[in-house]
Amino acid sequence: MERKLYEKIVMNHKPKERRLRNAIVSFIVGGLVGVLGEFLLELYSYYLNISSSDAAVFMMVTLIFLASLFTALGFFDKLVNKARCGLIVPITGFAHSMTSAAIEFRREGFVTGLGANIFKLAGTVILYGIVSAYIFGIIRYFLLGGI
Amino acid sequence: MTNQYNNVYLDTVATVVGPFEHEGPLSKRFDRSYKDLYMNEDSFESAEIHLMKESIDILLDKKNIIKDKIDLLVAGDLQNQITSACYTALKYNIPFLGLYAACATNTEGIIVASNLIDSNKINNSIVSVSSHNMVSERQFRNPTEYGAPKPSSATFTATGGAACLLTNEKTSIRVESSTIGRVVDMNQSDPNNMGANMAAAAADTIYRHLTNLQREPSYYDLIVTGDLGMFGKDILIECMQKEYHMDLSKNYNDCGIMLYDTENQKEVQAGGSGPVCSALVMYGDIVPKMKNKELKRVLYVATGALFNPTLVFQKENILSIAHAVSLEVVE
Repeated sequence: MERKLYEKIVMNHKPKERRLRNAIVSFIVGGLVGVLGEFLLELYSYYLNISSSDAAVFMMVTLIFLASLFTALGFFDKLVNKARCGLIVPITGFAHSMTSAAIEFRREGFVTGLGANIFKLAGTVILYGIVSAYIFGIIRYFLLGGI
Repeated sequence: MTNQYNNVYLDTVATVVGPFEHEGPLSKRFDRSYKDLYMNEDSFESAEIHLMKESIDILLDKKNIIKDKIDLLVAGDLQNQITSACYTALKYNIPFLGLYAACATNTEGIIVASNLIDSNKINNSIVSVSSHNMVSERQFRNPTEYGAPKPSSATFTATGGAACLLTNEKTSIRVESSTIGRVVDMNQSDPNNMGANMAAAAADTIYRHLTNLQREPSYYDLIVTGDLGMFGKDILIECMQKEYHMDLSKNYNDCGIMLYDTENQKEVQAGGSGPVCSALVMYGDIVPKMKNKELKRVLYVATGALFNPTLVFQKENILSIAHAVSLEVVE
């Protein structure tokens, strides 16, 4: 059978993904996570009487904790599946990827399993986050004189 | 290569399934089902081994035969280095052949056992397969608790164990012939569209089977493929029409679609997959219908994507294969 003909038939039967709908859902959910973050930020800086940069750290820790807890309780993957990038792009996605890998590889031991694999998904984010931080830092230094 | 057999019969079948298969349309047809994916074991890998062992236990129990009367165990699964099959074989301590043809393992097993029985080398053989959704997710995709969104062409690995007993003693269903498939590469590399990877292999095997035996598709009451899913099914029908001028639209279905209620079980996306998927539908639905004489001639074409995550990341194509077995009711 000709590969070209086969590829044409495959293209005829390729289901269309609902990209616009997914984008809107992600936008709304991602926005809501942002609203929750802002709310926590205000809450902590007001009630704990701390600076907003300290409150930002508290806020991030809270979101990471919630995402990890919900992953461990077993329903966060279903939410991510529905909300897609709305929960993957914020810091909740980072926490989810690490906790899910930690749960997954716990059975293979703390060193050979959990330790070796916890960054299986998050490692990419960390590596390229650091690399791009260097690149943008250098650009900023030369173009803006380090401001 | 197509072989015809004179004295190979399908005797008893046994099936054990997980929760998603239990919620599907064939739920009452399975011998045993679990509501939990762990099957009372510590890990998903052990759970899959449990499923395969249990299917063989049920088979021996139903047939009321002791394991020492079985000449050969032929088994395979999706776990790395087919470990479910190996750990199962250890329990029964009978001669064992382990096979890997991804989701086409069940028909490959039936072909191997049938050839040995037909040539009078052995009297009977158990053929068993298993797969576990979580084991496959973990091995081929992401951690099981990670909620990566999947496209609608993705298929869902079935959880279960299935076993059948092939023998040279006459029963109501005989293994009439088989066609051994060829490895096919159609320049496909999307692991989330297995139907498109495997439909070409199914088309090749079905065409060679029918032409070697000078048959038309209408010779069979039913032609079933293993796990092409709803999009792969359409691709196969169009391929057979355009390339080989054969009409499959009337008597053809796919086990991946038959195993689940694709309308209400949205998590299965395009349908079921895995070696056990086609075995569960064959033994749970089609074989009982043959025993009742509702179906008399069935062509069972299990399809396998011979894919390895490492090679997919290295931008190699996904290869596929399909093996066909023809079953007939003994008049």
